[in-house]
Amino acid sequence: MSDLIATAGRRIRLHILRHNPQDPESQPHMQTFELEEADGMTLFIALNEVRETQDPSLAFDFVCRAGICGSCAMLINGKPGLACCALTRELPDDITLMPLPVFKLIADLSVDTGEWMRDMSERLQTWVQGSELERDLDRFEQTMEPQLARDIYELERCIECGCCVAACGTAHMRPGFVGAVGLNKLARFRLDPRDERDDAAFYQLVGNDDGVFGCMTLLGCEDMCPKQLPLATQIAFLRRKMARQGLKKNPEE
Amino acid sequence: MDIIHTDVLVIGGGLAGLRVAIATRRRGHEAIVLSLVPPKRSHSAAAQGGMQASLANCFKGQGDDEDVHFADTVRGSDWGADQRVVRMFVNTAPKAVREMAAWGVPWNRVERGVRTAIINGKSVELKESDAAHGLIDARDFGGTRKWRTSYVSDGTGHSMLYTMSDQAIANQIPAHERTEAIALIHDGDRCYGAIVRHLVSGKLIAYVAKATCIASGGFGRIYRVSTNAVINEGIGTAIALETGVASLGNMEAVQFHPTGIFPAGILVTEGCRGDGGLLLDRNEHRFMPDYEPEKAELASRDVVSRRMEQHIAAGHGASSRFGEHLWLDIRLLGQQHIDTKLREVKEICQHFLGIDPARQLIAVRPAQHYSMGGIRTDYRGESPNLRGLFSAGEAACWDMHGFNRLGGNSVAETVVAGMLVGEYIADYCDSSDSDCSFSSALLEQSWKQQERYLSGLCDGRGNENAFELMREMQQTMTDKVGIFRHGERLSQAVTDLQSLLARSRRIGVRSQLRGANPELVTAYRVQKMLKLALCVALGALRREESRGAHFREDFPLRNDRDWLVRTLATWPDADSTQPSLDYEELSVMAMEMPPGWRGYGEKNHIEHPQTAQRQADVDAVLQRSDLSDRFARQQALMPYLDCLPPKYRGRNQRLGEQES
Ligand SMILES: Cc1cc2nc3c(=O)[nH]c(=O)nc-3n(C[C@H](O)[C@H](O)[C@H](O)COP(=O)(O)OP(=O)(O)OC[C@H]3O[C@@H](n4cnc5c(N)ncnc54)[C@H](O)[C@@H]3O)c2cc1C
Repeated sequence: MSDLIATAGRRIRLHILRHNPQDPESQPHMQTFELEEADGMTLFIALNEVRETQDPSLAFDFVCRAGICGSCAMLINGKPGLACCALTRELPDDITLMPLPVFKLIADLSVDTGEWMRDMSERLQTWVQGSELERDLDRFEQTMEPQLARDIYELERCIECGCCVAACGTAHMRPGFVGAVGLNKLARFRLDPRDERDDAAFYQLVGNDDGVFGCMTLLGCEDMCPKQLPLATQIAFLRRKMARQGLKKNPEE
Repeated sequence: MDIIHTDVLVIGGGLAGLRVAIATRRRGHEAIVLSLVPPKRSHSAAAQGGMQASLANCFKGQGDDEDVHFADTVRGSDWGADQRVVRMFVNTAPKAVREMAAWGVPWNRVERGVRTAIINGKSVELKESDAAHGLIDARDFGGTRKWRTSYVSDGTGHSMLYTMSDQAIANQIPAHERTEAIALIHDGDRCYGAIVRHLVSGKLIAYVAKATCIASGGFGRIYRVSTNAVINEGIGTAIALETGVASLGNMEAVQFHPTGIFPAGILVTEGCRGDGGLLLDRNEHRFMPDYEPEKAELASRDVVSRRMEQHIAAGHGASSRFGEHLWLDIRLLGQQHIDTKLREVKEICQHFLGIDPARQLIAVRPAQHYSMGGIRTDYRGESPNLRGLFSAGEAACWDMHGFNRLGGNSVAETVVAGMLVGEYIADYCDSSDSDCSFSSALLEQSWKQQERYLSGLCDGRGNENAFELMREMQQTMTDKVGIFRHGERLSQAVTDLQSLLARSRRIGVRSQLRGANPELVTAYRVQKMLKLALCVALGALRREESRGAHFREDFPLRNDRDWLVRTLATWPDADSTQPSLDYEELSVMAMEMPPGWRGYGEKNHIEHPQTAQRQADVDAVLQRSDLSDRFARQQALMPYLDCLPPKYRGRNQRLGEQES
């Protein structure tokens, strides 16, 4: 059992970018906290220990601490990832932690992914749109092929953590870019027969440079996705469909 | 003072809160949702295993209906539930699953033909009918007689919450994220909204509303070892208690889940056992059938958790340097099953235990999981003591779970309660009762009181450390108010918690920042959480019997004669260090199902004097030839349909059931 591999005793150093934009006196700076590694320690445990014993003002976000809710994404030694799932024993003695880029900074390691995701959802209308939304609830549900249900869930596993956005070249340059998270969502609804929107409707939403044509295929999103979603394939597929739709709309182009 | 007006203030953006908001919005009332975090990060997202509803689509679900679901739930509750509310719930649950299906949840579907399943440790073949093909599938869960738990792999809560949250966005319902309700505005008779702290700016805002609905989830974090998210601190529940008038029901009824991974306490779903996983001891012996021949691993959670701890105490636990634990074995389900239906479980095992569950055993031990108790409401979700205050979901005690909740009944409850309570709130807003004119002095006073309170915490006079008090409270609860309870340990716990509460009134916050200040947040939360912890511990001490998840070593029998009652806790004196407890009787003569043996667990109990008579009445009704079908018989035993909003009274269609 690997949880029985003792790693206790090592000294680790967390180098954390500190800044609180709410505080007029605050200047961004790095601060180092040293602590003793405990068995099975994750960054969730380490950061809480720092807050409780060294600096009560250290800000960060955790909710489920089990890799399910997507709250705790940050740059861990330069790479976006979920801090709750990061075991310190898999990291070097020196660990640098920075807030996710692109999103608005709240303080220290806490960023506002919520506002960004809601805006993306509103713009892309990430919900089923169809005539069957209001059904007689006493009657049988509409049937669905079992494999199709599984395929939809495959794309629905996204937890809106923001790692793909932080890892995306386009998102850094274009503030309006909907990111792999947004494109994957539309791929999910496109697959769903309950959603009656056709490609012309989807084209209206993502047939532009803030959408599927903004992607530069750098693949950072898929490499960094903590849920291992097939983001690159989905974007490529959606781009082909949207390009075809674009040709249909503007045949002279 | 910033004031925001709305019709309905929903405190909580989990499944329950969002569904309430959608219901009221659709009835034309403005709703605002408050949430500590973006709604999609609420703890509902962590529900893995599934949602119970008696659809009866799959082969092992055949013969299921509302009656079976009702009986399972009442037995599960150890007769602590309000049976009328359970009836409302079981009739609405199929509609709730079907609504979620229409809104986009990709429920796993039945596949026609033969499939293999693992049942009781053996591989069996089941044949699904053509008629069921493509309808919603179900898996087995503890304490149920049919396969009734609809699921989306093991990300059920995630799919449901995303669908619900996106529907809320589609309905243009604003969600005020990173806000925390820290007090209710009320005059002792009527609630008018809440004083809310913005967690980023530190600003206090008064939200004034016709109706206020608390849907803030559970309070598991009063314990050290819990499957709950770190935000499940029960502040919504506590602010109801702090009104001094609203009561909390059955706070001592706390559920411990059998399979928290050891030692982190992160949950692996009951679906593991539902799908055929086994519990093994240090010798890799399957021990549950020795204790529970009828249901083995799939007895209710309170029973399985107790048997596990009993087995560890008898010296059969596996040891590790963190202490003793048992094993969960899902190897027999096979790689393919784990890769498709237990994916989160697989990831959790990889991340936090460093193992592959298709090949290795999972170290588990029971951990705090669910709060059956909560804000006491009537069947409409309204507090009987404070008009205009409603509650739904895990935060509420309208009381469908009694002393033990069945797995899969909670996410089902959140949506059902959202649908029903949402309608009742809309009715309330339509009526003149909801007229919201009240004195501005009251509003100002409520706001100022909180402003002064928060400044007081930071004024440099206190010297107690908030984090330390939090740790001590959590340790006390885990050590002394856990699965096995005893009068001596419980009174010690009450004394310890009282002294912690007294100390918490001298907390000093070192950092003066008013905005994102985690220490300040811990300071005011721990004071509130200690009050909840005291309600749990004192309720447990006073209840001298064992019922469901509440087990007293010194009173091991369920005692219907003296304790068929619901505990009601209030906190009338703000300066006191303990709640005042009252009891509300459950009427045996009104029960559709009088108390008896659950079908698992201990067979003995002390009978209520009216049980025999009520059972005779029930048996007589069941014999009556003028009652043509199960609906008529049910109606004769315990009428409840009038309690449902008219739009949810219809009969649920099922394969193999005659339409009438
Ligand atoms: C790990 C785990 C797995 C589970 N699996 C299952 C399962 O498979 N099946 C099942 O039926 N049940 C399951 N449950 C139980 C079920 O998930 C919960 O009971 C249910 O989701 C609770 O939903 P809710 O809407 O009541 O609250 P939550 O989803 O917890 O939402 C609470 C909301 O309130 C907000 N909030 C809290 N306090 C405040 C405040 N003071 N001010 C403003 N906002 C506030 C939070 O931000 C959040 O938005 C599981 C529970 C756990 C812990």
